[in-house]
Amino acid sequence: MSLLHIVILLPFLVALLIPLTSRWTKKIHTGWLVLPVPIVLFIYFLTYIPKTMAGVSKETWAWIPSFQINFTVVVDGLSLLFALLITGIGALVTFYSIFYLEKNKERLNNFYAFLMIFMTAMLGVVLSDNLIVLYLFWELTSISSFLLIGYWYHRERSRYGARKSMMVTVFGGLMMLGGFIILHIMTDSFSIRAIIANGAAIVENQLFVPAMILILLGAFTKSAQVPFHIWLPDAMEAPTPVSAYLHSATMVKAGIYIVARFTPLFAVSGVWFWTVSLVGAATLLWGSVNATKKTDLKAILAYSTISQLGLIMTLLGVGAASLHFDNLNDTIYVAAIFAAVFHLFNHATFKGSLFMVVGIIDHETGTRDIRRLGGLMRIMPITATIAFIGTFAMAGLPPFNGFLSKEMFFESMIDVSHLNLFHAETWGVLLPVVAWISGVFTFVYSMMIFFKTFSGKLKPYLLPKKPHEAPIGLLLPPIILAAFVVLIGIMPNMINKSLLVPAVKSILPKLANDFSIHVSMWHGITPALLMTIGVIIVGLLLYKTHKYWKSWIVTHITQKLQLEKAYDYSIFYLEQGSYRTTMWIMTGWLRTYLNYILGAFIILTMGTMIAASAFNFDLVTLTSVSAVDFVLAAVILVTLIGIVFSKSRVTSIILLGTLGYTISIFFVIARAPDLALTQLVIETISVVLYLLAFYHLPQFSNIEEKPKLLSAKTLISIGVGITMTLLTLVAYDTSFYESISEYYIANAYKEAAGKNIVNVILVDFRGFDTLFETAVLAIASIGIFAMVKLRLTKREDKDENK
Amino acid sequence: MILKVALSIGLLLYAISTFLYLYRILKGPTTSDKVIALDSTGMNLVAIVALLSILYDTDAYLDVILLIALLAFIGTVSFAKFVEKGKVIDRERDN
Repeated sequence: MSLLHIVILLPFLVALLIPLTSRWTKKIHTGWLVLPVPIVLFIYFLTYIPKTMAGVSKETWAWIPSFQINFTVVVDGLSLLFALLITGIGALVTFYSIFYLEKNKERLNNFYAFLMIFMTAMLGVVLSDNLIVLYLFWELTSISSFLLIGYWYHRERSRYGARKSMMVTVFGGLMMLGGFIILHIMTDSFSIRAIIANGAAIVENQLFVPAMILILLGAFTKSAQVPFHIWLPDAMEAPTPVSAYLHSATMVKAGIYIVARFTPLFAVSGVWFWTVSLVGAATLLWGSVNATKKTDLKAILAYSTISQLGLIMTLLGVGAASLHFDNLNDTIYVAAIFAAVFHLFNHATFKGSLFMVVGIIDHETGTRDIRRLGGLMRIMPITATIAFIGTFAMAGLPPFNGFLSKEMFFESMIDVSHLNLFHAETWGVLLPVVAWISGVFTFVYSMMIFFKTFSGKLKPYLLPKKPHEAPIGLLLPPIILAAFVVLIGIMPNMINKSLLVPAVKSILPKLANDFSIHVSMWHGITPALLMTIGVIIVGLLLYKTHKYWKSWIVTHITQKLQLEKAYDYSIFYLEQGSYRTTMWIMTGWLRTYLNYILGAFIILTMGTMIAASAFNFDLVTLTSVSAVDFVLAAVILVTLIGIVFSKSRVTSIILLGTLGYTISIFFVIARAPDLALTQLVIETISVVLYLLAFYHLPQFSNIEEKPKLLSAKTLISIGVGITMTLLTLVAYDTSFYESISEYYIANAYKEAAGKNIVNVILVDFRGFDTLFETAVLAIASIGIFAMVKLRLTKREDKDENK
Repeated sequence: MILKVALSIGLLLYAISTFLYLYRILKGPTTSDKVIALDSTGMNLVAIVALLSILYDTDAYLDVILLIALLAFIGTVSFAKFVEKGKVIDRERDN
């Protein structure tokens, strides 16, 4: 256990301590007690920057060493970038939430406990090297996210959103676990670094592609890629700090992290290249188109997040092409990976600030609906400035950081259309087109967020509250984030050397050490710049005409492809189907269940015998049959037929008695006097017991059914008889081995001083069986006594389903 | 040899007799007919077991003979009581 482990688990420990602080939290906001945790962690992770520029640091804490499951923590460039985002934005969100959530109205201890659990989970995901530990933290993010989305659990929509996100992300998590286990089967290792180091060995393995697809399913569900994006808009029912933290900056990037982390392993495959880029591109387009039709600010931001995650995913997919060139430094596709990492960072900054801005608007006006908002610029100038920076960065306009990463995105998309690999020359042309169209839509919804909220006329009669500027506590965190947006826009190479290049190097480990990339605001008149100019022109046109084409989009595209409806219907029909199936199978009739059991017996036994072609009867070992046997068999046959077809119970009972007595004669013939004696006594007692019970039963004829000759019952009973007969005949062949009875015959008197071999076996050689059969009799008699005597209710329920 | 033939004939006759009783059990118009047929079947079984023990030359089945006789009696009595009173064991003694 090292300091690094303590650092990861610290928020979790704090979460455990939060309930103990209730004495102090009556006076101060719980958030103040929690706030130092992310700040300390952020400062701690800042000290790692020089270390990761040089190499990786690794710490191991043995957990279950016999299964190779150890809590191994590795800090490299990518992990550090994520850890800084998690702790940095975590600190800002905690600070923001102190002013956002009211002390007396909310259950703050719950909120901060969930938030701290989430922080540990997220740090664990990005820092773990062990697949199983990674999966553990992965599920912990799902669970804590579930708790945070359902924070206002008295609202129906919150519960729905929490359940939906849980279903989707846990589905993906389980798929990913399957992928991890396949990886372990192929490489016999749980360490990501070790697996990547042996990556070349498993490419030819036929399990390679299944493992890749399963892990990608996990990444796509978590990062809200099409068609698993449906949970993210519903997760907006969470408090706004949660949306800002989980559903824009950190958790939804866990899937991005997984894709980036496994790029060196899987990216050699064309399947990876196409799946990741095309799913990313589809998400990018679908998210941006859908965002333009929403009227709730948070919903717009949710679809915008989906779209931007798709953008990063596309870049990662395209960047996979770089692995196919020998000298990584020369290939232009490394720039795609760099752009992905760069945009990852930029998106976290501007999207975090935008969510906080929306929270402020909601907090100060009482609504998030853009149809009610407008003209807030003069009332909330600071908020408007932050929103201006955030939305223009998101739209990809200079001089903000979004412009830089969007330019690099366009460049990579143009580059990939020239790629001479995986048949990209045919379909690769689609990527820049999709990128450009979604760029236009991104521009439109970004403008919608800003101008519909802050410009135009103020409509005070539509607002639940009288709007005013937010307190400084709410404004400070988004100001810090917006400052980053501007700073990186002006000095784009500020964090290159320290953060982004180490991250790129950990995604592409083969990259040479002297790799560096220079980002500049003005890089000449390139095709990417022309694309941006086109985006602005077409975007402005579309924004001006928004109200004309919005309904067309809704009716012609998004109504027809409603994945949310598909989810709702599939859940509904799954429940309905399960209910109906259960109702159909579980009839409540014992006879139905008997049919199932006996039918299964016939099918399984006959199936096995047919499959093994076991129908070889050995006639040599059969004993000869005497006339007495025939006569007795005839008696038994007659009594059996009589029992089945008899009309009254007493006749059945008398025939049953006859049957038992005849069987005892069979024991006599087979020279088993003890069995014959016991059989006679037991038969008599049973008959008397039947008579006892019959006194309480209604007349037989009352419930009599005419036995149909060809019903399921008849078929099944005949089938069971035939199966059992065949089984007995097949099993009768005793030629395999000698019987053990020779030993008993030889030793019954010598060893056990008894001449009756049966009794010696019962009480001496195998006395244990007798002991427990005695116990069975004791239990039966006590049970009967209890059932007869113990009457807790006056009348028992006759229906078992009641 | 003669003994064996005689025993076989005896067994055959008892078998036929058992079948006839069985016919009575199945058909017998009243329950009492059936019960008496069952009782007689028991007696037949006593005889058959006795003949079989002679045939097998063993005394191991003499217990069985006694027991069948005993149980046939008990069975018949309980049936008789059931037919008479509708129940086998009385809960209270009625004087």
